[in-house]
Amino acid sequence: MNRISQTLTQLQNEGRKALATYLVSGDPSQDFTLPAMHALVAAGANILELGVPFSDPMAEGPVIQRGHERALAHHTSLTSTLEVVRQFRATNTHTPVVLMGYANPVERMGFAKFVNAAVEAGVDGLLTVDLPPEEAETLNGLLADAGLETIYLIAPTSSDSRVEQITRVASGFVYYVSLKGVTGAGHLDVQSVADKLAIIRRSTQVPVLVGFGIKDADSAKAIAHVADGVVVGSALVVMMEASKPATELFADMSTLVADIRRGLDSL
Amino acid sequence: MSLETGTTVDFNAQPDARGHFGPYGGRFVSETLIYALDQLEEIYTRLKRDPQFQAEIDHDLAHYVGRPSPLYFAESWTQKVGGAQLFLKREDLNHTGAHKINNTIGQALLAKHTGKKRVIAETGAGQHGVATATVAARLGLECVVYMGSEDIQRQSLNVYRMKLLGATVVPVTSGSKTLKDAMNEAMRDWVTNVDDTFYIIGTAAGPHPYPQLVRDFQSVIGREARAQCLAQTGRLPDALVACVGGGSNAIGLFHPFLSDASVAMYGVEAGGFGLDSGKHAAPLSAGIPGILHGNRTYLMEDENGQIIETHSVSAGLDYPGVGPEHSWLKDLGRVNYVAITDDEAMAGFRRLTRTEGIMPALESSHAVAYGEKLAASLPQDAIVIVNMSGRGDKDILTVAKIDGIQV
Repeated sequence: MNRISQTLTQLQNEGRKALATYLVSGDPSQDFTLPAMHALVAAGANILELGVPFSDPMAEGPVIQRGHERALAHHTSLTSTLEVVRQFRATNTHTPVVLMGYANPVERMGFAKFVNAAVEAGVDGLLTVDLPPEEAETLNGLLADAGLETIYLIAPTSSDSRVEQITRVASGFVYYVSLKGVTGAGHLDVQSVADKLAIIRRSTQVPVLVGFGIKDADSAKAIAHVADGVVVGSALVVMMEASKPATELFADMSTLVADIRRGLDSL
Repeated sequence: MSLETGTTVDFNAQPDARGHFGPYGGRFVSETLIYALDQLEEIYTRLKRDPQFQAEIDHDLAHYVGRPSPLYFAESWTQKVGGAQLFLKREDLNHTGAHKINNTIGQALLAKHTGKKRVIAETGAGQHGVATATVAARLGLECVVYMGSEDIQRQSLNVYRMKLLGATVVPVTSGSKTLKDAMNEAMRDWVTNVDDTFYIIGTAAGPHPYPQLVRDFQSVIGREARAQCLAQTGRLPDALVACVGGGSNAIGLFHPFLSDASVAMYGVEAGGFGLDSGKHAAPLSAGIPGILHGNRTYLMEDENGQIIETHSVSAGLDYPGVGPEHSWLKDLGRVNYVAITDDEAMAGFRRLTRTEGIMPALESSHAVAYGEKLAASLPQDAIVIVNMSGRGDKDILTVAKIDGIQV
């Protein structure tokens, strides 16, 4: 069984909610990412999402855009991101790692080459923001054959038939986008999230994690009442904007993640 | 595929139901926008067969835009160049000074039918921004235009025009601060305000159905040019020349001629400082296929799949991608894609201005410069139509700066 399903099943059995954290690979520096991944796990993250930086991250708000720009400024790439995952796996074989990014770097590397490299590095799943299921048949086939999960976004604007179409190919977990907007936006509406999750659960058994707009223990708890887990991204990436030593950034990140973890475990 | 086999392709059957032109096009967007694109496709598919909608567009094109635009035999220029007869399709004479209004008239009518009260647009040279602000003013719609801060500097006249028309111009400071970044920002706005906002894309690129509907709205250029050429000369032209940034004026001119096998076509990309310099905006001449801004198409990117910064003297061509139908036409060999450098374009700008008293936009100057090269290589009885996609008034400050003159 893939690490993602294993982790989420175990959490469900324990009656706990999943906490997924997002960092941009190579932000604020390439050396930072590997120790940051370990620090996030130690603070209570269950799934690590690693953003693959792209020159044109269309779905990101200003905070994560700047993270992509910082990472690209010192030449972070899909290749160097896979290398970080490989190094992470040297000491951590249980925490799932999901790559989240845009289609073009994967297309440029070549689908088959990417899938082989991802398996070899120890990646567990891929979420490609701008590759909807109808354009992803070839890549999804290769990913499935290799045992990698295909994570999909579902949006508040997704119609019921669209939800069915996506859940037919979604595996690992479904990532529900809590609001209309880019990453890091505000205004969470828990009731509308609950309504949509009910629709999603009619067509899939796969756990549903909710992201976009979750920034602290309170917002995480509110959403986790109705979801299987939450994704925290911009609230972590914004920390990278402070010109602090890495040790202080690790401490800031760990404090926030541990706080959210406690909040989720209090449910 | 060769030109000969290209003639057996049914050019009117493209794109397919999912927006593909061969391997290009499609719909590569985040999930939030899928419903808005589905909605747009549904409305457009219904309205394009509606005679009343077509009549509305035709009425606006005739009485508001000032169509048909002339097909003008540029006799002095032809004599100066010394070769084929050069005709100009005068899109520069349209209301607001460029071909862009053909598309914004159509999309604004679509917006009206969706009931959305807010329109957004991206712009490079500012011509599409002006054309969008214009139709928004007329229909009483709120209008927000995203423009790279770099382009705001070099196209300050158009920025002020948009403001006078009541639009809000939002400077985009991310990435290369040009057209591609403006498009990213417009997409982000659309994702956030998708319920009440209509995105008027300015070129024949982006996610399906935009490349198709922009082409359809711009095809009035080619339909008119074809009829005018037949009426004025008794035959079809031998060649068409148009500049290609995203490629909307070019596809508008080319599309109605695609099945006319005798008509050669040249899409002219921005060669910047030269293709060898790497500082240009010519993805069809020097790029490879990839995925950006909702479609698969030829792009300028590095070995890691990152989009690279482009350069052109003309803001409207300064874009690392191109409309997907052009990518397909390139692979088919139906259209030849070539590049003209900044210097060559400037020379074309000056020559046409002096010989015909017609000042082309710097974008169109690329087509002018290639049209001269091509005409010089052809016999005197050959006919070449150059698309004068816009007028040069907006570029006066850029030209003055190149000349070292403070205006």
